[in-house]
Amino acid sequence: MNRFDYLSPRNLAEALQMLSVRPEAIPLAGGTDILVQMKERSRHIEALLSLKRVPELHQYSLNGTLTLGSALTVGQIAAKQEIQRDYTALAIGSGLIGSVQIRNMATLGGNLCNAAPSADTAPPLLVLGAEVVIASHQGERVVPLETFFLEPGRTILQPTELVKEIVLSKSHTRTGSFYIRHTPRAGMDIAVVGVAAAITLNTNEIILNARLALGAAAPVPMRAVQAEALLPGHRLTDELLREVGKTASQEAEPIDDLRASAEYRRHLVNILTQRALRGAMAKAKSNQGYQE
Amino acid sequence: MEYKLNFSVNKQPVDLLVEPHQTLLEILRDNLFLIGTKDGCGTGDCGSCTVLVDGEPVCACLMLAVEAEGQEVTTVEGLVTDSELHAVQKALIANGGVQCGFCTPGVLLSSVALLTRNPQPSEVEIREALAGNLCRCTGYDKIVRAVQEATKELEHA
Repeated sequence: MNRFDYLSPRNLAEALQMLSVRPEAIPLAGGTDILVQMKERSRHIEALLSLKRVPELHQYSLNGTLTLGSALTVGQIAAKQEIQRDYTALAIGSGLIGSVQIRNMATLGGNLCNAAPSADTAPPLLVLGAEVVIASHQGERVVPLETFFLEPGRTILQPTELVKEIVLSKSHTRTGSFYIRHTPRAGMDIAVVGVAAAITLNTNEIILNARLALGAAAPVPMRAVQAEALLPGHRLTDELLREVGKTASQEAEPIDDLRASAEYRRHLVNILTQRALRGAMAKAKSNQGYQE
Repeated sequence: MEYKLNFSVNKQPVDLLVEPHQTLLEILRDNLFLIGTKDGCGTGDCGSCTVLVDGEPVCACLMLAVEAEGQEVTTVEGLVTDSELHAVQKALIANGGVQCGFCTPGVLLSSVALLTRNPQPSEVEIREALAGNLCRCTGYDKIVRAVQEATKELEHA
C-alpha cells in the first residue's frame, strides 16, 4: 500500500469539515473493498477519512421508518430480528456478503458507495424504496437510491459528501420481500445475478403493489419497472410468473464477463425473478396482523 | 506521520507508534511477534489472519492498525490459559483437524467466537461460521467434528 494521511474525526461535523478541506480524502468504513483495491490494484490514495469513530453514522432506529447509519456493518443488519421479519430482502442480502469476518467489517454505506453492479444490499434496498441521506459541510440532501448509482464504481456523491444514512419507509401488513442470487459457490462469492422482490397483497391475496430489482444485470443495480407493472391487480399464478420473469430478462442489460455470458445472465434474471417473487409472496402471506 | 496506538492484545495493554498504512496483521506479527496469526491471501478471502476484535472475528489483513485504537484484540496465543489449551484446540488435535496448520489459528478464533455467541450450534451453523476460513488440506469434516466435540466438552465444563 502507498503512504497516505489518516484523518480520524470524532463526530459528523468534524468529518464533513475535514472533507471540505481535503476533498481528495476517501472515506474509510469497513475497508474490505478499499484496502483490497490499494493492495491488489495499487489504487493510489492521498488520504483516508476514517468513519469508525463518527457516532452519527452508527445509528440505528426503527420508529415507523427504519433509519440505518451508513457505518453499520452488514453483519449487524443481517442479525436484526425486525429487519429479518419486516425488511427480509435486506437481511438476506446483507447476510450473503463475504464471510462472518467480512460481514463484521463491511458496512451498508460501503457496499453502496463502492457501487459494484453486484452489490448484494442494492436490489433489496431498491425494492424497499430506500432513500439515501447525503451530508456535506453545506447541508444535507435526500435522494432515492434509484438515482444514486451512475456506473460501475461511481455514484452521484461529490468529493465533499458522505452517505449519512439509509431510510426505509414503514413496512405494511401483508407486505413481504425476498432476495435471491446465483453464485457458483455456496459462499464467499460474488453474485452472477441477484434479484430482489417486494409484494403487498390485499386481503384477497391480490397484488396491490410490487417491485423488482436486479443486481449484476446492468451497469448499475436497476428496478425492473416493466416487469413490475404486470403484477398489480392480479394473483401470482404460474403463468403470470413466467410472463414477469421473461419481461425482466428482456429489461436487463447484462454484459459478458469472466463470471457469465450476457445470455446466461438473462436466463438467470428470468428464473431468479420468479423465485424472488415466490419468496416475497410467502413472506407477504405470513406477515398478517402486526403493525399499521 | 506516526500515530500513537493504545489497545489491548490478549488482555495485555499495548502502547506503540504505528504508520497509518500498517495493517493490524503486520503489527501483530512484525512488532509484537505474535506469529500465530497467519498472512495468507492478504485480501480477506482465506481467513488465516482471523483475530477477534472486541470478541468478533475480523480479517486482520484488512484492518488498519490505527483503527484498533481502544479495542480488545484476541489472537490464537490468547486462547491458552495457565498453559492449558482451549477446548477447541484439544478437540482439533484429538480429531485430526490439523493438517498443515496454516488455517488452524483462524479456524480456532472463528470457532471460539461462534461458541461464545452460540454454545450449542448445529452443524450448519458451524459450517456457516467457518465459511470464511479456507483449509486447502480440505479437512473440513474433521474440523467440524472437532468443534462439535468441543461443544460437548464445554457443556460439561
